[in-house]
Amino acid sequence: MSTDPARWPQQNDDAPLGRQIALIDLLDRLLNGGAVLTGDVVLSVADVDLVRINLRAVIHSVTPDQPSPW
Amino acid sequence: MDPLPYSGDGTLSYVYAVGRPGAALDSAVADLTGLYGDPVRTVVSGGLAAVVSAVPAQDFGEAGLKAQLEDLARLEVVARGHHAVVDALATRTTVLPLRLATVHLDDASTGRVLDASRTGFTELLDRLDGHVEWGVKVYADPEDAVSADPGPAVMPSGGSESPGRAYLQRRRAQRNTRQNAHRAAQEVSARVAEAAASVAADQVAHRPQQGELAAGPGENIANGAYLVHRSRTEGFRTAVEEAARGASGVRVEVTGPWAPYSFASVTGTSVEH
Repeated sequence: MSTDPARWPQQNDDAPLGRQIALIDLLDRLLNGGAVLTGDVVLSVADVDLVRINLRAVIHSVTPDQPSPW
Repeated sequence: MDPLPYSGDGTLSYVYAVGRPGAALDSAVADLTGLYGDPVRTVVSGGLAAVVSAVPAQDFGEAGLKAQLEDLARLEVVARGHHAVVDALATRTTVLPLRLATVHLDDASTGRVLDASRTGFTELLDRLDGHVEWGVKVYADPEDAVSADPGPAVMPSGGSESPGRAYLQRRRAQRNTRQNAHRAAQEVSARVAEAAASVAADQVAHRPQQGELAAGPGENIANGAYLVHRSRTEGFRTAVEEAARGASGVRVEVTGPWAPYSFASVTGTSVEH
């Protein structure tokens, strides 16, 4: 793609049913970003160590060469 | 996407996003359905509104949640379902997308957490007003830089077990090509990042993508997220395209517009300025 400028996503108008977003782009945001709503009666990824450990295992399969940041 | 089928008795409350209560959010929530096809609704407290829907306790209690997240296929269904709701909201009003799989016992729990989060979340909502997130990924792509047969993808770290000199030479050539492409990509990456940042209100560096889910040719060397005001979309696009133009062996991929996931974390992610 040496002569093309940056590949830009299709506009939503061209794909009214929604284009398929790459899962890895979504997981970057849903697992590392996003607001955290914690509390003592809350169950959440950010709050439950056991779940975090298992999520880490999932992400290791996604990015085997780098340790997860959490 | 079809809603997930219910299983077992009892429900929990899955929280997708937090916004300001009012007509804009009510209108955005109307007719939306959640992960299991239940209506999406708001829980209002402390000047904030959480957008929630019912999910089965069997699937989203502690044990169920683990099972959902350990299985990549189920993780994908939950992630895409979560995103579908957040995306529908974000096109109509300003919301803070929540991290995946935030589950509360009931509305009273949600209300208490909203009350406790009021100041930080209100400030964030103000800051994110009118903004969207764009993703900019830069790839070093040696196969694009050199048309010769590149052979199998080889990383420099695995060179000790090679059986012959020709093989070694081929590997060395590959490595040089790879290093050149990598260096060129780093330069383009820095140029693109500077151009993007000049238009963006904020930026976050995600880890470069690797592994089986990182589809497509080349090595991802930069995976940035940029918070851009809607009025500056064209300026952002122009800046990134001009910075990427004419680069050989480098691929720049833009994703978005996203709800501002990467900028909704009160606790902060790895921000680079």
